[in-house]
Amino acid sequence: MNSGNGHWVIALTFLVALWLAIFPLPVWAEEGRPAIVAMVLIYWVIALPTRVGIGVAWFIGLLQDIIEGVLIGENAFALAIIAYLALILYQRLRMFTPMQQAGVVFVLIGLKQMLCHWVQTLTGTESPNLNFLLPALVSALLWPVLSVFLRLLRRAYYVH
Amino acid sequence: MLQEVEAKLSVIATPFYWVADIPSKISDWSDRNFRSRTTLIDDNERLSADVLLLKAQVQRQASLEAENMRLRELLNSSAILSDSVLVAEMIGVSPNPLHQQIIINKGEKEGLYVGQPVIDALGLMGQVIEVGPWQSRVLLITDASHAIPVQVNRNGVRSVAEGVGLFHELILQHVAATTDIKVGDLLVSSGLGRRFPVGYPVATVTEVTIDPGQPFATVKARPRAALDRSRHVLLVFSGHRKNTYREKSEAAIELR
Repeated sequence: MNSGNGHWVIALTFLVALWLAIFPLPVWAEEGRPAIVAMVLIYWVIALPTRVGIGVAWFIGLLQDIIEGVLIGENAFALAIIAYLALILYQRLRMFTPMQQAGVVFVLIGLKQMLCHWVQTLTGTESPNLNFLLPALVSALLWPVLSVFLRLLRRAYYVH
Repeated sequence: MLQEVEAKLSVIATPFYWVADIPSKISDWSDRNFRSRTTLIDDNERLSADVLLLKAQVQRQASLEAENMRLRELLNSSAILSDSVLVAEMIGVSPNPLHQQIIINKGEKEGLYVGQPVIDALGLMGQVIEVGPWQSRVLLITDASHAIPVQVNRNGVRSVAEGVGLFHELILQHVAATTDIKVGDLLVSSGLGRRFPVGYPVATVTEVTIDPGQPFATVKARPRAALDRSRHVLLVFSGHRKNTYREKSEAAIELR
């Protein structure tokens, strides 16, 4: 089997995720914006740990930093860390039910939000409350849907 | 240095904001193209009424401006020059609710510069903090890291209005409890700090709390500009920047 199969599918899902990350939302929904990029990353790390790892996470994170206009390296650092954790856990995660996976996603994305918030606090934007953790909850709730969708996509285009 | 690199790299971001802006482009387009005759007539009537009103105001303003100029000449102070503006369109907002930033569709090519004031039809919005080739990033006056020198239009009391990270609130720092400042006062930019031009409306005072135990009063104000609604913004070219801009483009509109 051709091992370079479906590079473009992975790239495309990341591009769409990056686009969704800046898609304008109404003000009330802004605080709960799911961390789509991190979720897609976690999915690909679990599904194809040999192809998507810390390097890809770092690169995608840099792209997200540039697009969102935040300090370069903020998302790159956070995504690299959660990619590392997902790489350690991927064998166990594959055995988990979607609900259990959602629990792990909640923790990983919560960690990412926390890391990003630390960097933001260092650069002068402090959150007045814990609402910056809300995306972790929303992402966990969306996880079962997203993982099923990405699995269908992966099977349809024989990405492995 | 890093900021310059970041500004150049924003080229990568441009297509993303472009695509993200498509839905609102479509709704704009359909707003323009699918309108009933009655709404058009209504709009037309309302706009004519607005124009009449504005014209009446401008008539008075012309004489006031002339008078102001004469008085300034008497006082030997320099005249306020008129500013040029450039219309830009907002194409994105910062996805982080804690960052009060917007992205506009003008950049280096139109002669924008870092620190340039941005206004809308109602008041001051913010300043340009990053200029890319095709798009720029604007920091709104309500961002927690932004402060703007203001004065009360009624009596000239000076203060600094700081953002707190909420769209509808600014806080005036270190206002002495005895200062003459009232709810409803209009705050205009004072021009101190030499970043914002003098006299643009910034906010209206909404709350003055004087606590006898505190040395300073708590003064809250609501920004005049429609920070979360304006789609079209105006970039102000004032002072010496105006001339360099004129050379670059003929699209400048004189603001009287």
